[in-house]
Amino acid sequence: MYQYDQLDQAFVDQRVAEFRDQTRRFLAGELTDDEFKLLRLRNGLYIQRHAPMLRIAIPYGLLSTQQLRKLGDIAHRYDRSFGHFTTRQNLQLNWPRLEDVPDILADLATVQMHAIQTSGNCIRNVTADHLAGIAQDETDDPRPYCEIIRQWANLHPEFTYLPRKFKIAVTGSPEDRAASEVHDVGLHLRRDAQGNIGFQVLVGGGLGRTPIIGQVIREFLPLPDLLSYLNAILRVYNRYGRRDNIHKARIKILVKAVGIARFRDQVETEWRAAKDISPRIEAAEVERVRSFFKPPAYESLPNIDAAAGREPEFQAWYRYNTRPHKVSGYRAAFVSLKAHGQNPGDMSSGQMEAVAALADRVSFGLVRVTHTQNLLLADVKQSELYGVWQELRKLGLAMPNIGTLTDMIACPGLDFCSLANAGTLKVANQIQQQFDDLDYLYDLGDIEIKMSGCMNACGHHHVGHIGILGVDKHGEEWYQITLGGSVNGSTSLGQVIGPSVAQAEVASTIERIVEVYRSEREDGERFIETFRRIGVKPFKEGAYATHCEAA
Amino acid sequence: MRPIVKRLNVGALEQREVVQDDWRYLGEEGVDVAARPALIVPFAELRTNIAQWRDYGGRLGVRLSPADAVEDLGEDVSRLALIAAEFPSAGEGRGYTQGRLLRSRFEFKGELRAVGAGVKQDLLFIMARCGFDAFELAPGQKVEEALRAFERYDVAYQPAEPLDSIRQQRFFATG
Repeated sequence: MYQYDQLDQAFVDQRVAEFRDQTRRFLAGELTDDEFKLLRLRNGLYIQRHAPMLRIAIPYGLLSTQQLRKLGDIAHRYDRSFGHFTTRQNLQLNWPRLEDVPDILADLATVQMHAIQTSGNCIRNVTADHLAGIAQDETDDPRPYCEIIRQWANLHPEFTYLPRKFKIAVTGSPEDRAASEVHDVGLHLRRDAQGNIGFQVLVGGGLGRTPIIGQVIREFLPLPDLLSYLNAILRVYNRYGRRDNIHKARIKILVKAVGIARFRDQVETEWRAAKDISPRIEAAEVERVRSFFKPPAYESLPNIDAAAGREPEFQAWYRYNTRPHKVSGYRAAFVSLKAHGQNPGDMSSGQMEAVAALADRVSFGLVRVTHTQNLLLADVKQSELYGVWQELRKLGLAMPNIGTLTDMIACPGLDFCSLANAGTLKVANQIQQQFDDLDYLYDLGDIEIKMSGCMNACGHHHVGHIGILGVDKHGEEWYQITLGGSVNGSTSLGQVIGPSVAQAEVASTIERIVEVYRSEREDGERFIETFRRIGVKPFKEGAYATHCEAA
Repeated sequence: MRPIVKRLNVGALEQREVVQDDWRYLGEEGVDVAARPALIVPFAELRTNIAQWRDYGGRLGVRLSPADAVEDLGEDVSRLALIAAEFPSAGEGRGYTQGRLLRSRFEFKGELRAVGAGVKQDLLFIMARCGFDAFELAPGQKVEEALRAFERYDVAYQPAEPLDSIRQQRFFATG
């Protein structure tokens, strides 16, 4: 992975010193709440319902075991010995003390980490495919380009006070595993006829209050022009994006208002005008950064059937929680943070420490965070999978449910977040209980539930096969259900099925919905495929069936 | 008199100092336009009476609001000794782009001044990197702290002035 040189380190150290001084001035009464808010938000620090929340950046989801240990250690020393992994591959601490945050940031800097721009109206943490570098269908590893963007975006003087937040995702494979079409900018790695690297560029995607799928602004952008083109997009957005209404301020609203054709003209005009004076990425810089992402020292191994003759529990884990690897003899293994009875994405300090030790032994000392709120050991020898499973099982991290209904995404909701209307974690636990029978889960197959506690859609509910949105009705928590959303393959936004349901009814409503699928599906058809074939109506009827009978 | 923080000899030998403002705003109390003081006029006024201002016999400056398009200054950029960009709040970020465009695309060589309630010590560094070399501090800002604020970083990832590449930038620290 990327290693800081003295310049990278100096930058992060100076940032810590700056924030330490800003915090001191705030605590001394020299900065008002509003003044400090703008500054702390650029360091990932929110003031939440119970305490500050600190969001630590995990660039493109990649962690060394040293970093994972440090996160566990920080969560233990400064928080309640656990952290929450997010849909943007970051880690949130829910109970740090404001006074401690400069020390936490200084600790992070010792392992080349930071919390820069994980919140606020600026360029956020760049995310990528969690199978980057190991996927069989990959054009090229997207992570070097993510790193180049990360550096460029850090304290970008022109783009640190944008109209609203700005999120970039990069994928290197035809299959989009990074939800790139619902990002402000999505970059799809491509090669031209000569084999040169470039990107298909999407702009104006996003979820939140107004979900919109990104549109192609450029079919092929050569790699050397990547930053100058991003510069042009950001500049047009910074000048013309709305600042009068926070709900209309994302770039998607601007693109929608002027239309993609005119927006493209504006960007291309700006880009041509600035091209000579904008940063071009030199080949030497690309090589320098790429050299940090060389494949690890794989052994030459045959593929084996690791599950053959093993107990059914392991076979289930192998089937659901591991993925193919482009190098023979290896597989990627999920560390499931979706155990039933646990909050999706939460991990204890002890688990972090233990997984770090495991990754040191079996996966070249690296761990990845997925946007579906799990971890991944990317490079495990097939012959070691059984031992890995035994160990993960001891740690409570081997729930064999990846890709199933209970591998759901959920934001922290009312329990932590000051924006939320709804207790998403309670509902998540309710769903886990309702669907606790693994055979039933396996029969349902690939179903993605995504749940947000408010319109801001941190839980990506619009693009869940089943989306759940918490809404407030006269002080009570209700849940609106959408069906048919997707971000893998062809991105689509879910449709609302009808009136929202009471909290106690969510899990049973979902069960009635999946029962419609079970009775309507054709051979081998996934939930989303059945939905696309038969439409929302049968599901709508099924979902509310008991209410009708009662009436 | 307003104190203005100024960057002098921008580059390797840069120094910062506080000077008393020798510019006046049009409409400011006690300003006698007939005496041809160094005068800052609002952008809308400049455009409305452009012929008159082209013949102003003293040093002329303009004050831009965040929504003003710097392109609309046209060739008058070269007539101006000062351009002030307004940061009415700390979260208003359009002035950064105005600064970058004026310096890089329109090759403005005069004084580029940040003005308004958003001109606070924690933003001076990025304002400087967008080409601003004069700062009319918001009320309540401490001058000594503002002068130190430029020294928080001696490295940066982006070219602040026209440079060829990131790589070049990596090995030349900027202030």
